[in-house]
Order: sequence, then C-alpha cells, then structure tokens
Amino acid sequence: MSASRLPDGGRIDRSTPVNFKWDKQNFSGFAGDTLASALIASGETIFGRSFKYHRPRGVMSAGVEESGAIVTVGRDDRRDPNVKATTQEIYEGLNASGQNAWPNVRTDIGAVNNLMSRFFSAGFYYKTFMGIPPMEWGKGTGIWMQYEKLIRKAAGMGVASREPDPDTYEHGHRFCDVLVVGSGPAGLAAAVKASLAGLDVLLVEQDFELGGDYLNQSTPEAELTRTAALKALKEAGATVMTRTSAFGLYDYGVAGLLERVTDHLADPPQHTPRQRFLTVRAKHTILATGALERSIAFGNNDMPGIMTAAAGATYVNRYGVLPGNQVVVATSNDSAFTAAIAMAKAGASVTLLDARESLPGGAAKLLESHGVNLKSGSTVLEAHGRKGISNLELAVKSSNGWSAGETLDCNLLMLSGGWSPVVNLLSHRGVRPVWDSQNLCFVSPGHDEPIQMAGSANAVWHTEDCEASGAAAADSAIAAINNQTTSIVVPATGGWESPIEPLYEVTVEGRKLKSFIDPQHDVTADDVRLAHQEGFVSVEHLKRYTTLGMATDQGKMGNIIGLALMAEALGRDIPEVGTTTFRPPYTPISLGALTGRGKGAHFKPLRRTPIHEWNLAHGATMTEAGLWQRPWYFARKGEGITEAYIRETITTRESVGLVDVTSLGKIAIQGPDATEFINRIYSNAFAKLPIGKARYGIMLRDDGIVMDDGTTWRFSDTDYFMTTTTAHAAKVMVWLEELLQTRWSHLKVHVTSVSEQWAGSAVAGPKSRDVLSACVEDATTVTNDALPFMGVIETRLKNGAPCRIARISFSGEMAYEMYVGSDYAESMMDLLWESTQTFDGCLYGTEALGALRIEKGHVTGVELDGRVTIEDAGLGAMVSDKKSYIGSALRKRPDLNRVDRPQLVGIVPKDRSETFKAGSVLCAEDKLEGHGEGWITAVTHSPSMGHWIGLGYIKGGYNEWSGKTVVAADPVRRGNVDVEIISPHMVDPSGERMRG
Amino acid sequence: MIRINCPFCGERDHSEFSYGGDGSIVYPALDAPVEEWVEAVFQRENIRGVQTESWQHVSGCRQWILVERDTMTHEIHSVRAAHEGVAKVLEAGK
Amino acid sequence: MTRFSAWSVFRNGLSGQSGWTRQWRDPEPKKQYDIVIVGGGLHGLATAYYLAKNHGQKNIAVVEKGWLGGGNAGRNTTIVRSNYFLPGNREFYEHSLKLWEELSHDLNYNVMFSQRSHIALLHSPAAIDGAARRYNTMRLTGTPDAEIWDLEKLKQEVPHLNYGPDARFPIRGAAVQKRAGTARHDAVAWGYARAADSLGVDILQNCEVTATTRSGDEITSITTSRGEIKAKKVGFAVAGNTSRLWQMAGFNTLPIESHKLQAFVSEPLKPLLDQVVVFGVGGAHFYISQSDKGGMVFGGDIDWYKSYAQRGNLPIVQDVAECAISILPCLGRVRLLRHWSGVMDMSMDGSPFICKTPLRNLYLNAGWNYGGFKASPASGWYFADLIANDRPHETIEHFNLERFAQGVILDERGAGPDPKLHG
Repeated sequence: MSASRLPDGGRIDRSTPVNFKWDKQNFSGFAGDTLASALIASGETIFGRSFKYHRPRGVMSAGVEESGAIVTVGRDDRRDPNVKATTQEIYEGLNASGQNAWPNVRTDIGAVNNLMSRFFSAGFYYKTFMGIPPMEWGKGTGIWMQYEKLIRKAAGMGVASREPDPDTYEHGHRFCDVLVVGSGPAGLAAAVKASLAGLDVLLVEQDFELGGDYLNQSTPEAELTRTAALKALKEAGATVMTRTSAFGLYDYGVAGLLERVTDHLADPPQHTPRQRFLTVRAKHTILATGALERSIAFGNNDMPGIMTAAAGATYVNRYGVLPGNQVVVATSNDSAFTAAIAMAKAGASVTLLDARESLPGGAAKLLESHGVNLKSGSTVLEAHGRKGISNLELAVKSSNGWSAGETLDCNLLMLSGGWSPVVNLLSHRGVRPVWDSQNLCFVSPGHDEPIQMAGSANAVWHTEDCEASGAAAADSAIAAINNQTTSIVVPATGGWESPIEPLYEVTVEGRKLKSFIDPQHDVTADDVRLAHQEGFVSVEHLKRYTTLGMATDQGKMGNIIGLALMAEALGRDIPEVGTTTFRPPYTPISLGALTGRGKGAHFKPLRRTPIHEWNLAHGATMTEAGLWQRPWYFARKGEGITEAYIRETITTRESVGLVDVTSLGKIAIQGPDATEFINRIYSNAFAKLPIGKARYGIMLRDDGIVMDDGTTWRFSDTDYFMTTTTAHAAKVMVWLEELLQTRWSHLKVHVTSVSEQWAGSAVAGPKSRDVLSACVEDATTVTNDALPFMGVIETRLKNGAPCRIARISFSGEMAYEMYVGSDYAESMMDLLWESTQTFDGCLYGTEALGALRIEKGHVTGVELDGRVTIEDAGLGAMVSDKKSYIGSALRKRPDLNRVDRPQLVGIVPKDRSETFKAGSVLCAEDKLEGHGEGWITAVTHSPSMGHWIGLGYIKGGYNEWSGKTVVAADPVRRGNVDVEIISPHMVDPSGERMRG
Repeated sequence: MIRINCPFCGERDHSEFSYGGDGSIVYPALDAPVEEWVEAVFQRENIRGVQTESWQHVSGCRQWILVERDTMTHEIHSVRAAHEGVAKVLEAGK
Repeated sequence: MTRFSAWSVFRNGLSGQSGWTRQWRDPEPKKQYDIVIVGGGLHGLATAYYLAKNHGQKNIAVVEKGWLGGGNAGRNTTIVRSNYFLPGNREFYEHSLKLWEELSHDLNYNVMFSQRSHIALLHSPAAIDGAARRYNTMRLTGTPDAEIWDLEKLKQEVPHLNYGPDARFPIRGAAVQKRAGTARHDAVAWGYARAADSLGVDILQNCEVTATTRSGDEITSITTSRGEIKAKKVGFAVAGNTSRLWQMAGFNTLPIESHKLQAFVSEPLKPLLDQVVVFGVGGAHFYISQSDKGGMVFGGDIDWYKSYAQRGNLPIVQDVAECAISILPCLGRVRLLRHWSGVMDMSMDGSPFICKTPLRNLYLNAGWNYGGFKASPASGWYFADLIANDRPHETIEHFNLERFAQGVILDERGAGPDPKLHG
C-alpha cells in the first residue's frame, strides 16, 4: 500500500476517529476528513467508473472540480447519487458506495466497453443505430428504440431513490452591502476590509472550514493570518457562512446560495432542514472564488493515482494523508514546486518534471535542497499500470516537439498544466471572459456589473498578492457603495518567477495514446481532432459533438485543454477559437432545496371558503375548482355521487336547496363614474340599471371574445357589487385595475376585491322565498313585490348579521344569492339550513349545480373557453348596439361573424336510455372523421327530463341540425353514441319558474 | 431577480409584480375603427433595448406602473405610476 | 458525403477514424443566390433542405450570424408531439410528427427520435373531459395513438409519480400520445445541415445580416458581415430576432413579443422515467423527461416578462423545482446540473407564421412560442413549399399575419391576445 496516514500534521483531529462504510466494508478516518482523504489514507484507489468506457477512476482533485471520485452516499430514501467524494465530509455511520459499475467499481463488467473504444469515437451514435446493421436498413424509429433501451441502461451515473425525499428544506432571504464569495486569502482580506469600513458583509465559503488556500498551506504564518482575519471579521460583525455555495449570480446583484446544514451530521437534529436555499440581494459582490488547476493530456492520464499537484499537497498538508510515496510531479509552471516540496517533506521520494527547459537557479536549488529530483524539459508521455499508475514513460523536449524518454516507477503522479481562475459566477452575468496570454487562462474583462474579482480568481498567484487583491476589491466596493471615486491600486496579475509554458497535450509522432480531456465523459484529445475533421470547429459545436464539459463537473478541469487542442487543429490562437461560457449552478444543487417547503400539500395555496368546515360537518365531499375546494355533493347514507346529485337536483327543483357560492369573485365598484365604467366593460346595457337591481353581464376581451360573465348589483348612484366566475376572479380584478389606471385614468372609480370579505350561499327552489323569509329580520323585505326577479336588497338576518341578497338564478328556479360578512358565514348557513330542513330541502354541491344549469342551458367556463363570441354562446341578446364597449370593435372582425360558426345547443341521446360524455366530438352521421361539426362541453343526467342531456357547440346551431341524427364520437373513452340536437334551454325555456 | 422601485412601496423583487406588456401603446377610443384596434391589440414593436412597459405590483399595492427597462440587460431606467393623475401628484411632491 | 452506417463506423474504427470528412462545407458566400434563408437554426436548415430536396432548388444559401443550431435549437427540452386540435395546427403538427418518424433515415443522421409517449396528467373530471375533446379530435383526424388512461393504467406505466395522499392536486388520469417523445436536438440541426449541404446548399456561418436593400416591393439584396448577397427570394427564420430583422426590412410591428424560456437538466441518473410527463394544474406548467445520457430534462413557464437576454432568473427556477417535486417526489435529492434560457417569439395567439409578407419576394417563418422544436421538420417543409410555389399550402393557410384582422381563431389555449400566456 503506497498511500498512508501521516503520523502528525494536517487539520484532522486524530483524537476523534470516525467510522463509516464504503461499498459495505467498514473504514475509519478522523474528524476533519473528507470521504476522499479518509479512503486514500486507507489505501483505496478506485472510486468510480467513467461514463462511456467504464475506465477506473481515482481521486483527481481535492475539491468541487472532482471528475473521478463520484460516489453514492446514503441509502433508501436518503440516497444521494453523484456525490463528489472530495467534498463529502465523513461522519459516524456514513454509508457510501461506488456507482455506475457492476459488480463494483474495482471489478466492473462494463469495462469491456473500453476494448471497443476505437469504435466509440465522438459522435459515433449519430452515425448508426438507425436501422438494421450494417447498412441501417429499415424505416421508422423502432430499431433505434431497441438500441436506445440498452444505451439508457448503460448511461446515467448513480441510481436515484424511488422514494419521496423525507428531508425538509428551507428558503431564506438576505440583503447585504457586500457579498464575498470565498474565504481564501483574497476573500478574507476583502471581507475584513469591507466590514471595517462599516459595511454589512456576508462572507460565504463552500468548504466546511474557512480559509481557502490557507488550509492547504503548512506554514504557521498562514494559520496566523487566517485566524487573525477570522477574529477581525467576528469583531466587525460580518456574517460568515460555511458549507455555503454561491451557485449562481442573477440580475440586480442577486445571488443564489445553498447552505448544506446537515449533510455532514450523523444524527441531525429533528428541527433542522437538510439544506437552505438563500436568495441574497447584494449591492456589491466580490468573487474570491480561487482558481482550479488544470490537468495535462497524455496517454492514460485518467488512471487512478493521478491528481492535480495542488490536490496532492492538500491531502498532505490539510488531511495528513500521503497519497503515494513514490511521487512524480509534472508541471508547466512554478506553482507545483511547493506541492513537490510538501510531498518530499512528508517522506515521499519525489521527481519533478518541468516541461520548461530552464528553471531559475533559485527554484532548482530550493527543490534540490528538499531532495526533489528535478528533470527540466520533460513531462509525461504515457502512464502505465493495471488498476492504478505503477510507472510512466517520460517525454523529453526535442527540436520538433516531444520524444519518448525513460520509464520511471511511481505510485502517485501530480499534474499542473496551469490554473483556471473561477470566473464561472461572473460568466452567469453574461460577461465573457477574455484570454490572458501571459498566464494562459481566461480572466474577467472590464465590465459594468457591480462585481469585483479578487485573488487567484483574477489570476493573482501569490498569497500576499491575493490578500492585497482582496483588499483592493473591497476598496472598490466601498467606493462604489459610498459613491466615491478613488484611485485604487490593484495588484498585477500573475506572479510566477518564470513564465508558464503552454502544455495541453503531450504527443509523440506515431504513438497512439488515449489522452483524456474530460475524464468523466471519456472525451479524448483524438475526439477533439475528430470533431475538427468533421467540421465541428466552433467551441459550442465541439462541446456538443464530443460532450466535453457536459459532465457533473461541467468542464471545470478539461474545457481549456479542449479549446487549446481545437485552436491547434485550426492553426489559430485560443481567443480566436472562442471563449468558455458557464451556466448556473456553479455546483449542482438539489431540487429539494430549490423547492423548499412548497411541495406536497403545500405546492400551491389551498383556498377554502368560510363555509368549508360547515360543509364538511354536513356531509360534503369536496372537489377541486382551481385552487379552491368546493362541495361536490352531499351524500346521504348509501348514496354515491350519482344518487346524491340526482336527489339534490330533484329536491332543489321541487323544494329548496342551498349551495356555497363563496368562491365567486366579488368586486366593489365605487365612485361617481362607476356607472360609466361598468357600461364600458360589459357588452350589454348597464347605464340605466336602477338602484336596487342586479343585471347579468358579459365582459369581452379587447379582441371581442368572451372573457367572463357574472352579475352586477347596484346599491346607490355610486356603489356597485360585481360577481365574477370563480375561475376568473383574479383576472377580472387585474383587468379592471388595468383599465382604470392605464387607459381611463380620468374616470373617478375605485375597485376593491371583496371576494374574501363576503361569504355567500345560493338559496334555490320553489321554497326559497319561504326559507329566506324565515331567516331575515324582516320577512316583508323579501316578498315578491319587495324583492322581485333581479331585485337587490341590503338587510339583516334574524341574528342581526348584515346581509345583501339578490334574486338571481343560475339553477333556473326561483333563487337568491345571499352574502354576509365572512365571519357570519356559519351563522348564515345555520339559519338557512334550519329553515331549509323544514321544507325537506337539501344542501347541494357543484355536481347538482352543474345538472341544474345544464338543464337551463346556462353557460360556464367550459362553454366560454376563450375562443367563443357572445353569439356563439347563444347570448346575442346580451349585446347592446347603442354603445361602444371593450371588445365592441374587434368582435366585428369578419371571421367572428361567419354564419357557420359553432353555436350553443342542447344534446340528447337518440336512445334516451343511453349515456354520453363531455369531450365527445359531434360528427355528422355520414362523416365520422376529421374535425367534426362540433363538440360537447358538459353532460348530466337530467332528473327533470328523465335521461342524459348535454350542452355543446355545433356549426350552424340547432336550427341546422334539429331532427337530424348526430354522432357523439368519443373514441378515446366511450365510443360513439347517436344523439339529437335540441335547444340549449331544456327546462323551463320561458323562465317562468325563476320569475314566479 | 429584477428589482423594481415601486413609486408607492419602494424597491421590491420583480416576483411581486406581474408584467403587463408594451406600455407605449395608446388604446384607441372604444368607437374607433376596427383597424386601429387591430393595430393596438395585436401589433408590437418588440423592442430590443429600452422600452416602456407596464407592470402591476400585484402582490403589493396593486398599482400599475410604467417602467423603462432594457430588454437586453434588464436594467431599469425609470419607473412611474401608470395613472396619469397619480403620476403628476407624485412628480409634484418630489 | 460518406454515408453513415454501422459499417462505416466499424470501418473507421479500424482505420483510426481517418475516413470521416466535414459534415458540411464552409463555403465562401457567392454574390447571388436564388433563395437566401436567414437563420441557421432548425427551421432555416430544414427549409433549405426541403427546398433542395422537394423542389429541386439548386442555388440556396442559409446565412447564420453565429454557428448553426446555436439558438433555440439547443435551448429546448426536445419534446416532439402533435397533440394540437384546432384545424390547421392539427394537420401541421401531425405532418411534422410523420416527418420526425422517418427523419433519421431521410437525413442519414441519427436524430434519436424516441417515441416514448407524451403523458399529460389530468387532475379532475373536467380536465379529463377537456383533454378528451382534444384527443378525440386527434383520433378522428388520423392519429390512432391518442389515448386517455385511467389511474390504474397510469400507475402501471409511470410508477414514481406522486399518487400519495399529500398530493395537492391528486392525479386522476392522463391524456397520452404514444408516438410522441423526444429527440436529440443538436443532431437535428447537424443532420439537416449535412443533408442540405450535400444537396448543394451553402451554409454560411458567422454571417450576420446587417441591412437589407429594397427596391419597390421587393428585397434585392442583404448586407452581411461577410459581404453583400443578392437574392431572388428571401426567407426569414430567425426565432428571437424576428422583430429586429423585420425592422431591418423596413417594417415596424409584428404580432410577436420576445420572452425567455428557461430549461433545466439534472445530473445523469440511471433510468428513472421512461416517458415525457407533462403537468399543468392550479396555474402550474411543467414538463419532464429523461435524456438518453440520464439527465432529467425539464422546464416550465416563461419568465413572465419580455426579454432578449439569454439568462433566466430565480423565481422560475423555484417554480419549476416545485413542480418537479410535486409530481416526482423522489427527485428531492436529485441535483440540478445546469439551467439556461432561450428567447422565444411569443405570438398573439400562440400559433406561428409561415407566410408571405408585404414584400413580393420576402417570406416569413416566425412566432413559434415554445413549440418550435417539434415543428421544425414541418416548418421547413411548408416554408419551402411556400417559397418555391409562392402560395401557402392549404394546411398553413391561416399561419399568416392577416389572421388577427380577419378574426381567425388559432388559439389552442384560449388565452387571448397576450403573448406571455401562450405556453
């Protein structure tokens, strides 16, 4: 075993062992370990399998850029697939396992794919799997879909739980002056400076410890600086959050944060959410997000035992783990020197391959003084080994590129192909990074966003410079917030003693190498060249054709190499080829956190009327009506829905019934111009509606199509009460406000939604007046004379509750709508119900309401579906020709006045014992195909008529079709039923019952 | 998140508001010819850049406002009450 | 052009992939073309392909300001369906679906059209009746795969939906189109490009139109970043940029407003969901499927305000996540990998335009709302037919700019003249 836990050093707590499981076996690490560090210390080398070829994957980094050690954590309903082992803290009882492999990641049958890899080049699947091989014979999609089944099984990474997630998540909101992302040298310096200037600072760190790169350094000075900064922050009152990722930047300084609250706890307290999603509105944002080290493409560069140079140093310095004792470091820049020295100090034998031919004497001397064997002008050509690296073949710089060199034994290879500043969050704002040819990386350009880049996120490499860079960023933020202009000295970018040399891919003429640039998706350097060969030369085409950068690391490690190789293939410079764009989130974020508490029953608000409990107590079965719950039917013993609604319908027609109508929209329209306003928004005449009367009205949209219908009651010269349908209550309110505020602001009218202030019940049936008389304070106010059809009164109930009553009818019976203040709702129902019972009346729900209105041919939202005109709906009489109103112009458009438009009709089955369904298409008997002649909107069993009836539309209306047989075609459910077309006014067409 | 400075409530998230549409449209008189109505209701300049648009602070004061906003960057240049009389009073009070 | 097949993949595997050539040329613009299609997206490329294939046109260019397929071609949730019911729409989308079914063979490019079923969840008896009208119409107009499923059938076919007692809107059934499904969006762009190129179409990338030259009632040439190009006929197919181009052609307004629609993909998972599932109740709107790579691909409403920015904001991200968890509660721990947005031409009735314009030789293809991806084969087919014959095919006779003045109703949602309401 080459890796080992060091006897001392690092930030782990050796006095606190932590036991956990990996692939069902028991392991232990220490508090402060990640899953990756603990397993490396235990000698594990293979953590996963790649997407396509199922090649073994080891730990490649020590952070969020990890593309190799992707594992599943937890099980059953708390199973988290695709977790990066490098960011998962261990806790007692943690249960992790390998994924995308069978039987396990160490021995994976899927690895057979690797043998076929010569055929599985970029985009090969676009060229085959269409038909029967070898020539793709056949038609249609059948053959592809057979292949697809196999492909889908092989693809994907982890397995998600099939059970509902049992955890809870919270949403929070914050404001701050300055949001600092990242707590490394630059971030801490920025946060300290900004808080000392009196600004409200929020510092967020994705890691579980604050300090960023300080944590990876072994010097006492680093720790001193770090703790001093943290102390200063605390004193200055800055808010500091760990385990919190800023995953996206959005408009107006808004950042999305994800705080992982319990993902590291063995036994989370009951009351804590698993994660919190915070929306932060910052005046200024400082991105001290660091930089990510790049790999180098060479043969088998994806093998376990190969990681970035900084990762190697992190495992030694932070986690007290030596990931290998025979170490080779390959670099193109100065940054790997400290890593090499850290490994040597920890007791490993270290060889450093520097691709550059000459190194400054000082550096060479320093390396040698630590026993590092330095080979300049050389790098790695190919790694070898069975399940992990055991030796490597060198490449030596020659006059025309690289040539193969000696072979070195090693069990850990650390790479530094350069550094990529994390500009991802800035990129979310649509700012395109620019290429820095000195430092060979993309950096932030000048831009107008209130965002400052600081530290290595801005290609500043040395710790002290990063601190200065952070302070300068804070100065800029302070100046911007205080509206000052000051000149701020920003440290220069870079800082390496000798310049970095480009080193993206190592090749030798005539050698076939498998060199990976996206190790998770198995994208190779050859794939990039193939993309070029086939014309996929734009960066975006390259990404999509090869899938480079589309894996769970979103190209954090490989994108630049891909770009560089494309540039080389095109013979251009990197900036000419394109730039990289990043989309949120920076690191993946759970859907549970984004959802917060808005799930299950809390997905959308549930609206209940003030009569809800009363309805339930009286036997209601409820149904959904938009967001509302309304009584559907009130079953008595032994009744189902059908028996119940038929009984309710009959009882209402013969005696009296009550129904909760509170969900209707109610709008108070008040002011000296209220009459004029109402007259403009309804199609029918309202100018002369007398005080004490109500009128049915139809509202059109601007385009002349019916928007809504309802009644409007007049109480005084200036005071009206409008009801709308349940479905359109909010829409109508917004519409009236829009008209008054944007189009007709000269009208003196005020509209107020009073939907929730008034609770209502309809009282319908021949005994309705008797019921009412028994309930109101003064029975004389509801006599036929005092309250005739369409009359309105304001009075009091017997119990003193003020109420308003209109004699209007949706059921076609003599009927009233009565409203009281919502607090009196139950007392109104108690009164009405007591009296109703004396007449053997009933409560009814929406099903009986539907039956009653269908019998009468009254329309609802299913008839007024946003495509019909007033005439279509048989309401032509509701149009005033004497005035202009909303929609009066556009309803005159030619197609809306064609005579063959579908018109509202009644429908009955030819064989009266038959049933049929709403949603059927009405077809002529001899043409059972095509779009038909019309459709059915609503059906019910009609107790009055003794058979099923329906409403619907048919071209030309019932004059055209009466006496003819029409087919109600319902091929998706019921089949075909012969029907006849009749007038929609099927019961009491003259309306005597409601007027009586 | 766009932040809209409501003249009545102050700066709020755009999720409290609902977008209306092109705020530069002058709707014709109710008795105007069909052609004018077709133009106002259906035809849009659809500006890429700064446009005047209407929003309603629907989860706030319910006032309609006119916002000058860049449809490319979402930057807001001005906000005023849509109701002419109210806008004048607010302007005078400044 | 090398024919793609298992055989050619095998042969090239042996030869180190040396036999593959460019999938389309990178030609220099000619001075003049018979037909110039502006817009190298799915609709533009498909139009050029069908002009060459169906109408024998030989001198065609597609000009694209960036790289082909770089707009909404790659910014959608790849759903293909034909469950429209209004006359015109119905026939158009059904024709499109039929073209999809043979598209891989036709283009010799695997566009991975997977007819995995499109399942619209239904939550009330009224919703089932409403869907029945639509799906009955589909049956009667020659779409045998339209079905209404009851709850038992749905539970068998899609086991992980929220059938539990805590569902805010209990599921009662589903409206299903079995021939619907998903396709690999980039492959469609590339497949059309390669096929069109092989028929001689010049695809001019990085070629932005900056002006048009008019003479009387016709366009004589367009000015591009790669020079002046004369054209006998010009077709616009530039979703998201239609209004700007329209104004470049000397006009002012269109019945279009540009809005942005976000799309989302999760980390890759082993197979979890075999169908496209659509959810819309209580003001919610959501659609989800799983890609062949394993990512859950999903989306919802537009961001509700007009925008040309290809960047979304958080409120819709939250809304969409809520919908996801509401119907698939097992996704709570699944992580969002990426979200992005595209600019949609939302029209005044939710239906598109494939039509002639006031200019004699200018043709317009626009207004696809969210529906442009599934429409692309038929959109190209009918646009090519229109350009070649200079008269609209009967199926698309109402896909014109005059329908609003005429009062023709082509509003599948019945939402009225407010572009943001047409999803």
